[in-house]
Amino acid sequence: MVFALFMIGTTFSVANATTRQSATTLARSAAVDEGRQIFLKGCSSCHGLNAEGGAIAPSLIGVGAADVDFQVGTGRMPMADMTVQAMRKKPAYTPDQVAALAAYVASLSPGPAIPSADVINYERDGNTAQGGELFRTNCAMCHNFAGQGGALSQGKFAPSLMQATPTQIYEALVLGPQSMPVFSDKILTPTEKLSIIKWIKAAQAEPAHGGASLGRVGPVTEGLLIWTLGLGLLIGIAVWLATKAR
Amino acid sequence: MSHEIEPISDPGLPDHVHRATDTNPVAEKKAERQVAILFLLSAVGTILFIASYIFIPTTEFIFLPVMGTTNAHELFLGLGLALALLFMGLGAVHWAKTLMPDEEVIAERHEFRSEESDREDFVATVKERAAAAGLGRRSLIKRTLGLSGGLLAASPLLLLRDLGPLPKNQLQTTSWKTGTRLVTDPGNRAIKPSDLEVGAVAQVLPQLLPGEERTLNNIGKDAVLLIRLRPEEFELSPERLSWTYEGIIAFSKICSHMGCAVALYEQQTKHLLCPCHQSTFDVPRAAKVIFGPAARPLPQLAITIDSEGYLVAQKPFTEPVGPSFWERSS
Repeated sequence: MVFALFMIGTTFSVANATTRQSATTLARSAAVDEGRQIFLKGCSSCHGLNAEGGAIAPSLIGVGAADVDFQVGTGRMPMADMTVQAMRKKPAYTPDQVAALAAYVASLSPGPAIPSADVINYERDGNTAQGGELFRTNCAMCHNFAGQGGALSQGKFAPSLMQATPTQIYEALVLGPQSMPVFSDKILTPTEKLSIIKWIKAAQAEPAHGGASLGRVGPVTEGLLIWTLGLGLLIGIAVWLATKAR
Repeated sequence: MSHEIEPISDPGLPDHVHRATDTNPVAEKKAERQVAILFLLSAVGTILFIASYIFIPTTEFIFLPVMGTTNAHELFLGLGLALALLFMGLGAVHWAKTLMPDEEVIAERHEFRSEESDREDFVATVKERAAAAGLGRRSLIKRTLGLSGGLLAASPLLLLRDLGPLPKNQLQTTSWKTGTRLVTDPGNRAIKPSDLEVGAVAQVLPQLLPGEERTLNNIGKDAVLLIRLRPEEFELSPERLSWTYEGIIAFSKICSHMGCAVALYEQQTKHLLCPCHQSTFDVPRAAKVIFGPAARPLPQLAITIDSEGYLVAQKPFTEPVGPSFWERSS
């Protein structure tokens, strides 16, 4: 079943071996039915009974399986409240349910498929140094030079990348969710995307070499600490120095 | 009862209160022990410093709450040295405050002016030595000394030349010429309109001609951001609309306020933000400033396609990119 569901996400754009065709088609329609049930219960109140969209939510026809995998798989959808931005949180659905939802949305109209494990083989195909260069030109202005995220306008923000999985990063680059722009495959080639993923994975694993990293956001937290804790300590010592011994 | 106001008499200095350590031998012993303990703690810090240098490998990482995974070698080196210096200082101060002599001594200020006889002596000596050196008589020496001293003093003026040379027209021009292809940065790949989906962005630079080199100065002026919108989303003048190509619009990435790279593009609001001072530019309205300190929209680069279908510049930027400067015409 897991294998079949896994195949669902990948079979739409990839020509499949004809021998498996009938089996996958069956599994697909079962998953589509299950996904439709989940959709009707959990999503249709905003996105419409046929995913046609509504006053407060966009149409999902043609967004593809990758979009569902990203938005639901990171817990951003369903949204907790209608604020400026959907937040990353604990996913409301199990991976199987997310895959079924993705299959249902993908069955409405073709869209970007969930990248397969072979596509996401960043360890094999990525280059960390190149990824760093690409990250600094294309990503760092919003997501911070260390991938810690940063502020946008009106309360929106670019999220920290420290919890993002390789598949989610790849999907975000292809889809451009929420405020993020799209990074097309000709502008950032799939290999370049993998290099960026490899660099982000390296940044996630990077330990603090010089003690507390203070969030890796640069002089703001460093200044705050030194102006409060550092100066406070110095003032305390100055007071003690000037106090006469009893 | 007289109503005359009596001057307040000088209360004098308050009585000197002796410390417990001056009068009580037990307190004195206790303070001595405290100072010794502080110095011992300092020694422990130094030993920690030495031990972590020798025994903790530089590749050792430990997890600490709040701090996260940290290099143990660096952490204990720093901690050891900090403890050593802190307790050394605390011990010295505690020693001085509790045990070192505590006597109050009044030292009256003396006048700054020298004694009258000393002043007369000084003037006489200067006059006598000046006459002996022949400064009044030997005018050749006096003039050559004046010349050499004057030259030396004036020589720093020469260094002002390093404030130049003037930038000539470098601030007005970029590498973008008519027909310059737009290439990805990094990667240097030429771009076709079909490479960009709606909502996509691309960081681009001008394609290098053979033999040309990309310098940081050039990147600092040439950097351009390509954005693809739906053509119907534009609210542009007919001229500016002719500078776009099928919904693709190109702006200089160099902020018109202070020259930071403006590349925070919000796909939903179609706003471009500058990370330095939060200037916000509205992309569909030719990067009109809608928030922040920037005074001008970002310069728009007129683009089209060449015979092979790659995106090229129609013409150079029509205005200088980046922040204002004195000679800027607009």
